Amino acid sequence: MRFLIPAALLVVLLVFLGIGLKRDPREVPSPLVGKPAPAFDLALLGEPQRYTQDDLKGRPVLVNFWASWCAGCRVEHPLLVKLAGEGVEIVGMDYKDTDEAARQWLQRHGNPYRRVVADVQGTAGLDWGVYGVPETFVLDANGTIVYKQIGPMTEQAWNEKIRPLLQGPKS
Amino acid sequence: MRLAHWGLALLLALPVLAPAQPPDAPPQTVQATLDAGQQERYRRLVHELRCLVCQNQTIADSNAPLAQDLRSQVERQIAEGRSDDEIRHYMTARYGDFVLYKPPVQRNTVFLWAGPFLLLLGALAIALRQLLRRRDAAAAPAAMPDRQALQKLLDEDRP
Repeated sequence: MRFLIPAALLVVLLVFLGIGLKRDPREVPSPLVGKPAPAFDLALLGEPQRYTQDDLKGRPVLVNFWASWCAGCRVEHPLLVKLAGEGVEIVGMDYKDTDEAARQWLQRHGNPYRRVVADVQGTAGLDWGVYGVPETFVLDANGTIVYKQIGPMTEQAWNEKIRPLLQGPKS
Repeated sequence: MRLAHWGLALLLALPVLAPAQPPDAPPQTVQATLDAGQQERYRRLVHELRCLVCQNQTIADSNAPLAQDLRSQVERQIAEGRSDDEIRHYMTARYGDFVLYKPPVQRNTVFLWAGPFLLLLGALAIALRQLLRRRDAAAAPAAMPDRQALQKLLDEDRP
């Protein structure tokens, strides 16, 4: 009886610590999930016209923040190329990069992007709450953010989280 | 003995007495466009916003590119005449409450804020109970068998 209360407290503490161990402190849940995509108006890489958040509406899109200087982007790149090959529309946001470096990188590794937006100053990144590339936002046909992948895209995240979201309620 | 206690207490208090200074605190480049009051606000705000990529550093303490971006945002928005709350809201709208070092009091943080006080109350209750119990025990005379046992122990000690 004497030990019951401290023992119970210890169990509660252990449960909390256990949950804490499982969580990745680098993953900050985005407050933007469930909200419309933040506004931007930027130049496209290699195309004369500009691109805004309105151009992302009408169909599900992956918006992938990447850069030629980003190591994690190399990791996820083959998967993005594969997804693009399967018909998934990916818009690249070239974060704090130069057009020349980005072009060379895409030439060398393949281009999975339908469009590449040049976010040279990282202003769109700031408004989208990006704090480290790569980050990938999943947008539904209304232009609402339904999911955010922090860090490289993985097969697991795609199969278990994102694909079900995109194929979700078909009306 | 006394001395050892004081020494220990002093040792424990050391981190409080001498807060750690980051050896390589980055230079705070505040443009001259801000007046003295605005610079003061800038300094306060950059010390309460978390640098999300560097774990447990404020954007004032970090030289990460993101921290630099956020610092210049704070500076620009102060210069544009935005209030502290507007700037905080700008940050939380993008990065969530995690960006604030001091979490806001709201439904999901009630336990966080109230927890320490609940623990303190619990500890006080236990301490009070123990003190009362001890007083009661002291008031009551030792029972006979105890006295006999004590006497026996004393006898054993004698050569």
